[in-house]
Amino acid sequence: MSILIHSILTLGILGLIYGLGLAFASKKFHVEVDPKIEKISGILPNVNCGACGFPGCAAYAEAVATKGAKINLCAPGGDDVTKKIAEIMGLEATSTDRKVAIIHCQSGGKNNTKFKYDYQGIETCKAAILLSGGPNACNYGCVYQYDCVRACKFDAMHIDDNGMIIVDNEKCTGCGACAIACPRNLIEIVSIKKRVHILCSSHDKGAIARKVCGNSTACIACGLCVKKCPVEAISMQNDLAVIDYDKCIVCGMCADVCPTSAIFDPLKEVRAQKKATAKAKAEAMKKKIEEQKSQEKKEEE
Amino acid sequence: MEFAGKILFMAVMAIFVQNFVLMRFLGLCPYIGVSKKLDSALGMGMAVIFVMTMASTFTWLIQTYLLVPLHIEFLQTIAFILTIASLVQLVEMVIQKTAPALYKSLGVFLPLITTNCAVLGVAILNIQSEYNFIFAILNGLFAGIGFTLVLVLMAGIRERLDRAELPASMKGMPIAMIVAGCMALAFLGFSGLKF
Repeated sequence: MSILIHSILTLGILGLIYGLGLAFASKKFHVEVDPKIEKISGILPNVNCGACGFPGCAAYAEAVATKGAKINLCAPGGDDVTKKIAEIMGLEATSTDRKVAIIHCQSGGKNNTKFKYDYQGIETCKAAILLSGGPNACNYGCVYQYDCVRACKFDAMHIDDNGMIIVDNEKCTGCGACAIACPRNLIEIVSIKKRVHILCSSHDKGAIARKVCGNSTACIACGLCVKKCPVEAISMQNDLAVIDYDKCIVCGMCADVCPTSAIFDPLKEVRAQKKATAKAKAEAMKKKIEEQKSQEKKEEE
Repeated sequence: MEFAGKILFMAVMAIFVQNFVLMRFLGLCPYIGVSKKLDSALGMGMAVIFVMTMASTFTWLIQTYLLVPLHIEFLQTIAFILTIASLVQLVEMVIQKTAPALYKSLGVFLPLITTNCAVLGVAILNIQSEYNFIFAILNGLFAGIGFTLVLVLMAGIRERLDRAELPASMKGMPIAMIVAGCMALAFLGFSGLKF
């Protein structure tokens, strides 16, 4: 019995002494931490994606609070987080330029792409492209082993019925994990405002590029888009048209002239509708004016 | 003279012959984890020396004047761990206050000294070897120095390895493991020392 009491007492008293000692030490060696840092790290999404350019959310919070880093760098947080940080820091919130992933290949998904052979190895793009330049006929296109989908932490990439990879722009935070995962560098992180993209990465000569592409939507380097672009945003690099997103004004004229529809313009229909309504309006106006004129003539008579 | 000789013998034993990391294989986690940079390795070593010396002191006192008289030696492990954990907390606070850069570079390995088996190892070995108070403290100190020596040697080698041309699959941890093995082999040579 005495052993029991002794053990409880000994450990209890030891614990008490140590606890008091540590409490005293924590007061004496207290380190002042900027309360802003904690507040900001509480707001940040804490996914540590690194899109802001700092090693993790905690480092970004510290950089904002103490080193005056920009407050709109958090891609996953978006405008909400920027606004909240602005409140804490007493700054004005400038809207984040939200970025999303664009896959520069639309060869039609696993079901439509032309394959040289049936790849049955490890399910990763990195391994697939090592085997005689990849299983697909196009040496530049997607091999559809879905490394990017697995790399996505935000469930923003999906595989549709054709085996095509679809980026969910609502969920995509532009962290760039998929772009790093893609061994063929098909994925680019682009501002969501830039809607017109060249969805091909093939540097092959036109005839070959068209032949090997599952959708026949390869860039054949005809150069029509380069000529058509009003702001000289498109250039031909190694038999592939490349859009300079800094210059692009999202007019969609390149998509109109592209013979293989390798250039994607989601606003095409909207634009066509706008054009149609504008035309209709103009015609209506013309009619009105003509009617007025004819009426005036009648009155004169 | 005999006393000085004994201390010298103990120092050589603890630092080289019975080195905690490479001969007893205790405390391998920080040995691999904190040996990337020389600065942080040295800082970690200093922290471990301090904790080991203090732990030896306190655990010997607790064992001799508390556990043995009350016949509760079976509480040795828990009482020692309690002591070591508190000491590590204290060291962590002091380092955070005095050397924030070191605190950051040590990262999670600082609180992990708490569960570093080398520290508990030296405390228990002190008791098992039936050292007296002064020798227990010295043994803790020398064990810590031995740990630091190996850690700093490893950090120096790994800093150079960073710039060496290695096959991609060997970079980083694999080559560190191989180096650790080579160092253990080299230290095995000390076991031939005789006085």
